[in-house]
Amino acid sequence: MSDKISVKLLNIDINFMKARRIAFAISAALLLISIVSLATQGLRFGLDFTGGTLVEVSYAQAPELEDVRAQLEAAGYEHFVVQNFGSSREVLVRLSQAFSPEVGDQVRSLLAEGDIEVELRRAEFVGAQVGEELRDQGGLGMLVALICVMIYVAFRFQYKFAVGSVLALGHDVILLLGFFSLFRIDFDLTVLAALLAVIGYSLNDTIVVYDRIRENFRTVREGGPKDLINLSINQTLIRTTITSLTTLLVLFSLLIFGGEMIHNFALALIVGVFVGTYSSIYVAGTLLLALKINREDLALPIKEGEVEEEGRP
Amino acid sequence: MLNRYPLWKNLLILLVIAIGIIYALPNLYPEDPAVQVTGSRGAIEVGETQRRQAERALEEAGIPFEEISLSNSTLLMRFTDGDRQLRGRDALQEALGDDYVVALNQAATTPDWLRSLGANRINLGLDLRGGVHFQMEVDMEAAVEQQLEAAASEIRSTLRRERLRFRQVAIEDGQIRIRMASADDLNTVQRLLQRSLDEYQYNQDADEGLLTLSLSDDAIREIEDYAVDQNLTTLRNRVNELGVAEPLVQRSGRNRIVVELPGVQDTAAAKRVLGATANLEFRLEARRNADPMDIEEYEFRDQPGRTAQLERDIITTGNNVANASVGFDENNRPQVNIRLNGQGGRLMSQATRPNVGRAMGVLFIEHKTRTRYERENGERVEVREPYTERGIISLATIQSELGQSFRITGIGDTQEASELALLLRAGALAAPIYFVEERTIGPSLGQRNIEMGVTSIQIGLALVVLFMLAWYRMFGIFACVALTANLVLLVALLSALGATLTLPGIAGIVLTLGMAVDANVLINARIKEEIYHRGLSPQNAIHAGYEKAFSTILDANITTLLVAVILFSIGTGPVKGFAVTLSLGLLTSMFTAIMVTRMQVNWVYGKRRIERLPL
Repeated sequence: MSDKISVKLLNIDINFMKARRIAFAISAALLLISIVSLATQGLRFGLDFTGGTLVEVSYAQAPELEDVRAQLEAAGYEHFVVQNFGSSREVLVRLSQAFSPEVGDQVRSLLAEGDIEVELRRAEFVGAQVGEELRDQGGLGMLVALICVMIYVAFRFQYKFAVGSVLALGHDVILLLGFFSLFRIDFDLTVLAALLAVIGYSLNDTIVVYDRIRENFRTVREGGPKDLINLSINQTLIRTTITSLTTLLVLFSLLIFGGEMIHNFALALIVGVFVGTYSSIYVAGTLLLALKINREDLALPIKEGEVEEEGRP
Repeated sequence: MLNRYPLWKNLLILLVIAIGIIYALPNLYPEDPAVQVTGSRGAIEVGETQRRQAERALEEAGIPFEEISLSNSTLLMRFTDGDRQLRGRDALQEALGDDYVVALNQAATTPDWLRSLGANRINLGLDLRGGVHFQMEVDMEAAVEQQLEAAASEIRSTLRRERLRFRQVAIEDGQIRIRMASADDLNTVQRLLQRSLDEYQYNQDADEGLLTLSLSDDAIREIEDYAVDQNLTTLRNRVNELGVAEPLVQRSGRNRIVVELPGVQDTAAAKRVLGATANLEFRLEARRNADPMDIEEYEFRDQPGRTAQLERDIITTGNNVANASVGFDENNRPQVNIRLNGQGGRLMSQATRPNVGRAMGVLFIEHKTRTRYERENGERVEVREPYTERGIISLATIQSELGQSFRITGIGDTQEASELALLLRAGALAAPIYFVEERTIGPSLGQRNIEMGVTSIQIGLALVVLFMLAWYRMFGIFACVALTANLVLLVALLSALGATLTLPGIAGIVLTLGMAVDANVLINARIKEEIYHRGLSPQNAIHAGYEKAFSTILDANITTLLVAVILFSIGTGPVKGFAVTLSLGLLTSMFTAIMVTRMQVNWVYGKRRIERLPL
């Protein structure tokens, strides 16, 4: 049945619904890994959320990180992390201890001992309380975003679509968080922003697919829900792929040329676009099927004198 | 007729793009390094005199300048390079003195005709121009506590004056408790106090002879608001004293204040001045035979171990200082010249007239806090311990009656003297503040961030353009023209609205560029489908494609916009910048991807018969 309509309407025909059990298994496995990783090792929150002190300096000549560590240790600093940031000449020092007003200059002048040219690039201090508030706000913002989306979709489409899109978004968010947890990548404020942008992006994708599903349920007479969903995904497939491609093009440009400060931001978006594209193809549609979507759910309220088909030219 | 826009629609679209180009244009003009001179207080005018003074100073110092202009009581001098700018600032500050704020600035070179249209460059955030961002918290508990203490001491003196015997007036748990000697007085006391302290709620406990005064939630909120507002004013004054061009001092939330100082690199000094809670008290030295209850003993600030006894009564405080400046005495030691306001002058002469020959002490008071981190139930918590440091900075014999103007000596070095003078001029903080966040961005990092941001926009745009041309050919050209128009409109909107561009904001622009073609992809895919699967003629397919894609585009963009708005409301600083560019970008891209491409499609295909579309 499905073959018949698809061949009639489209030259691309991939039976996505047939692969839905495999996709389900993959999603389940990835979700499991993400949740286990989040539960056991959590996220490596950046300075924005934990509070603490961060100093970035630029050397005229690339220093040995070991020497820098020894220098700091000798000066009595404890619990610090020294790492390169972007290039071997740039060094990032992270101190978890309490902040004193001159710490940036202290660290710089300490590192500059013995006529080494060192320039302070940035110094940041975030109080523990501010960090905690941001973390709460971020989590709250994400929840509010999901609820607003759900209400809007329920209003514009139907509640099964709302449930489906929000579950698909939840899937994306958990996988993305899992990625950051699993690979121990710093989760800072820009990554949170990226996460919310991914919600927006993935939703965009899902809505386009849902829009098609709604239209096909109303206009295509043949086939059951499974066939119609499969048809819709096929119809939007080129668009989904091209949009993801152009978005990935700019994101890679950002990742490569945008500098270290937005590196994790670009990375989060890239992973998010992959996950979001995958979920709008495999997860969002499958969820509708699991929610037992049928033609009655989408029937237009028929008014007298009006034709059921709308939007026809 | 299908696929023809009426003339007015074409003109409207072209007009919007033209306006966009005009308002985006200022961003192409580079900025000149400049020095800006303003009066340090509202009353001090910058006029022709200062202009001539400045010109002379620069000529004498041999620093060539490009242009000097005077408008709105602000003097602006442009230089060809940063080195001359720095030397120019020093020369000007020296020539003009403390009454003028001389700050480094970047002056736009936007032509006058653009400026007269209100077209300006985009504001750059701190991460792009370098500078310091502080977030401070006002200690609300201390603000309320201060209020209670003031009320308590007023109550004590009222009761004494009215000869009502009381055992104790104490502050406990945010309440004032008055323990009277006799419970019969309670009603009298309450009636008496209610006259002046009407913001309190009164509670009597006749058995204990206790009258309790507590503040309502509204009254507490009022006190807190007042404390924050007062601190905002003081901080603005201090920031002005620091000499920063375009500073930002803003309330953030209930009890926080954000201060942004573009271009400032010496954070330590800025912090010392902003966060200082120092004040002065002028008191007479105690007489030898004074009642021990009326005496307080203090150490000298610069000579640990040496102490002196001062009277408990305060003549006046730093709050009554009208002006303060740094000078030098005969031995070339720094001194602070102080001029008191009318009230302060009266108090000072009343106190010193009968006491010529005695000594007057100047007490330096500083409220400080130690921040410790402690583990509590496995969580790291900040513990703040406020403490007050008091020390005598000078103790000198009163030679004659003091009036409004006098000087104090005995201050460590010139820097300390000038900071003290600055604090006295700018006023004291109503309640202590703590720094809860600080971010310093070096100027080189800011510059590098701009370069990297611009590079990634250029390369991202080029990649998308190449891809669209290769994939859609003719329709790709339409989309790319629209994409460029989108970038122009977005930049114009950001500039015209005075939004602040940050590094994540640039990332938002880049992301918008990638996502903006989505609408075109949707439309083109629809047109293709209408032709190949529904067998419509090209003209009808174009029409139907745009029509049908519209509701999809709208739905998809509105939901993304929803998320962007939420991002804006929870985000701080840089993240807000991202949300702003993302949401504005969505709006402009809706316009360009639908209207601007449609206009081109209509021009190219609208008026003729076409057999097939190059799609």
